Amino acid sequence: MANGTAITESGTELVPARPGEERGTPTGWIQDLVYTVDHKKLGMLYVGTGLFFFVLAGIMALLIRAQLAFPNGHVTSPQEFNSLITMHGTVMIFWVAMPIVFGMINYLVPLMIGARDMAFPRLNAFSFWLTFFSGFFLFFSFVAGPGLYGASGAPDAGWFAIAPLTSQAFSKGPSIDYWSLSVLISGIGSVTGGINIMVTIICYRTKGMTLHRMPLFVWLALVTMFLVVVYLPPLSAAQIMLTLERHLGAKFFDPQAGGSAILWQHFFWIFGHPEVYILVLPAFATISEIVPVFSRKPIFGYPMMVAATVLIGFISAGVWAHHMFTVGLNSFGVTFFAMATLAIAVPTGLKMFNWLATMYGGKIRLELPMIFCIAFLFQFLIAGLTGVMLGVAPFDWQLNDSYFVIAHFHYVIVGGILYGIFGFLYYWYPKAFGRMLNKRLGLWHFWLFTIGFHLTFDPQHFAGILGMPRRIYTYQPGRGWELWNLISTIGALFQAAGAICLVLNLLWSARKGKIAGDDPWDAWTLEWSTTSPPPEYNFETPPEVRSRRPLWDLKHPEDPDWKFE
Amino acid sequence: MFRRAFLLLTAAVPGTVGAQSADQVRSVQNIFTPVGAPAELLNQTAILVLLICLGIFLVVGGLLLYAVVRYRRRTTDDDTTEPPQVYGSTAIELAWTVPPILIVVVLALATARTVGEIQNPKFTGDPLQVRIVGHRFWWEVHYPKYNIVTANEIHVPVSYLSAPRPVEMTLASADVVHGFWVPELNGKEWLVPDRENKWWIQPTSLGIYLGNCTVLCGYQHANMLIRVVVESPEDFDAWATRQQRPPNPDPGTEAGQKDFGANSCGSCHTIDGTTYSGIFGPNLTHFMSRQTLGSGVAPNDDANLKSWLRDPQELKPGCLMPDMKLGPKQVDEIMAYLKTLN
Repeated sequence: MANGTAITESGTELVPARPGEERGTPTGWIQDLVYTVDHKKLGMLYVGTGLFFFVLAGIMALLIRAQLAFPNGHVTSPQEFNSLITMHGTVMIFWVAMPIVFGMINYLVPLMIGARDMAFPRLNAFSFWLTFFSGFFLFFSFVAGPGLYGASGAPDAGWFAIAPLTSQAFSKGPSIDYWSLSVLISGIGSVTGGINIMVTIICYRTKGMTLHRMPLFVWLALVTMFLVVVYLPPLSAAQIMLTLERHLGAKFFDPQAGGSAILWQHFFWIFGHPEVYILVLPAFATISEIVPVFSRKPIFGYPMMVAATVLIGFISAGVWAHHMFTVGLNSFGVTFFAMATLAIAVPTGLKMFNWLATMYGGKIRLELPMIFCIAFLFQFLIAGLTGVMLGVAPFDWQLNDSYFVIAHFHYVIVGGILYGIFGFLYYWYPKAFGRMLNKRLGLWHFWLFTIGFHLTFDPQHFAGILGMPRRIYTYQPGRGWELWNLISTIGALFQAAGAICLVLNLLWSARKGKIAGDDPWDAWTLEWSTTSPPPEYNFETPPEVRSRRPLWDLKHPEDPDWKFE
Repeated sequence: MFRRAFLLLTAAVPGTVGAQSADQVRSVQNIFTPVGAPAELLNQTAILVLLICLGIFLVVGGLLLYAVVRYRRRTTDDDTTEPPQVYGSTAIELAWTVPPILIVVVLALATARTVGEIQNPKFTGDPLQVRIVGHRFWWEVHYPKYNIVTANEIHVPVSYLSAPRPVEMTLASADVVHGFWVPELNGKEWLVPDRENKWWIQPTSLGIYLGNCTVLCGYQHANMLIRVVVESPEDFDAWATRQQRPPNPDPGTEAGQKDFGANSCGSCHTIDGTTYSGIFGPNLTHFMSRQTLGSGVAPNDDANLKSWLRDPQELKPGCLMPDMKLGPKQVDEIMAYLKTLN
């Protein structure tokens, strides 16, 4: 590839022999991607895989919205609808958000800490390919699922697959097995990836980069990966239990045989809630890098930001049962989990205030990455507040299982996490491809997607307040839900148009975009000190850092950061 | 304050909200127009939380807007200099964690109080006991003290302030997890196969309240609808008396009764006073007293009933009642028989 040639021409001793060339085998770009153990290429593969599945799961979302646009819709059958919602949720979480998060961290962490690669490059490739193939394995259920009488194609028990709906008695055929096993495989990939990243951060930092000089992004990546390593295994355990139950006669979740129907939910949500933080912390991490650079100020209160993140990581372990306020927990249980849930608002609020304080007194450059971050802050504020409403158990008894919850978590995942990912793409794409993303197309993307986002999800709050439950494939006219659903469907079309702008921009700019240069944003972290795209070995000589903003020190020798830390 | 006064007023005087009558269908439910004690308690907490969240939204949203507008770089700005580099202030940061902590404490206390009030109620008046069993995709309703078994429509007497009549529900499930939710009467509670959850309502005005199953339970989760019929105590007693009487089928419908047995309808459905005693489907003893078919999927009229008997999968695709391939004559005969079950 291009950077490979450049390295050879530069003729330095650091040029590694490329395995294909050495052995005289052809090195087309496909072999290059398949054989690679380079964290940057794997990072881009992760993000590319995520975007690919994002398009597929987005099309499912459009079908769901088409079915619900009007009462008594006939776009899908009930069975297809249940498959669509299950696949949409599962794919968006496990094969869109997770790969993109891993891709972001994979690409950036070694560059940010001044390392040449991950601690275990081949394990890194292994993690990626597990994620990649498990996604296709899940999609294969569309083909392999049906056949048995009454069996569906793709899994159709909802993305959190509440037992005992997933038992053989209620879900015939292999669709649930495809769901369970693909999630299990991707979980193994995530845990190995998480270990790899943690080891890299702890052991491979460049000279002078103490823990308290790591960029916030790396800190948040470390906490994220800790959560991955601790909370993915309960889910994997539950998937193994489910498979044992479905095929080997185990009775974990079968109430008639002495099992417990809510045991599954405990297992699922002790993974499921930290999962929200696994996804949102990398978005926080992105915001924590972009907001300072575009406000031209260091992050406000770095130690407190780190402490808040660690605190969020710990508290997130004790809140899972707020997904279960309506299963009939006793008053003590409900109150405990409500209080723990509300407590998370404190460190999260602190982060919000610190981002605002970073912007305060700065010179805010309204470039594309920053615009997405500002939208993130606004939307995440609303998502956090509806989260507080849901955390108050009595209010949750009304709102749980309704479209209000749908609106809330799409505000978190789309309005928050996805906007963080958009910010990430616009900010670091120039580093990865050496070319800027087109600004005009980016603005189209921003406005179409943001208008679409609000048209889609704002009305769903009201549908929920008017009693519309989630996961219904149809509704009768006269329940007061028609208008909200119609607006919601129109909004989905806007979002689709915005997403098309993004995809076009990503493809077009790779060839035709403006040349970026090494440091297009006048930024301060180490990745901007190497070339765009970086060479395979990242840094010619390992950099040495004396503060949290090494490039600031370089650019402002008269006023370096290290004097104040 | 106005809202609370309004709620107290509506609680005290039944029938003040619009012109209430027992057959008015309140199809548009709204969690902010609660009817009766539990929903009103939830609503009070909800309003408190909403107001606090609105306040936070205005303050933080305002700060964000201010920061973006005030500190955005202008074309007139000098690009060569950087703004003052401020690294943070532990004192300030600690200071602005205090308001969130206080708010969380207030919300936690409000939560604890309301949770206690809803989950451990002290009933005034003798609660009516109703046992509800969730099935895919319909509701089985028992009145143990009255010895009544019916389905999908829950009749309860209205609760007056002078004569409170709470309804205590026991929620159970025959198969998978379901959720019981009638927004104006109370929040939702799940029906879990290995549990017996307690829940209650205390409706203070007449009408028919619509609700839904809230937990995905299969293909017809969407058409697992609930109707709570709140009637005057006299109407409720009349309904109960009628339900307790076995049906008195017209001898002219004997052919239909035979068809019913010959096509094994009786293996799933019970009709008191006959040998049909299946428990897999809804009890049909007083079938004609119900307003809807298929757990609310369609009104219980001749055209729909005929369609349902011909092939239930047409009105409710994926429901567990199979197409029995009845001939037109059988359909007419069975229909004539069912129409005598009132």
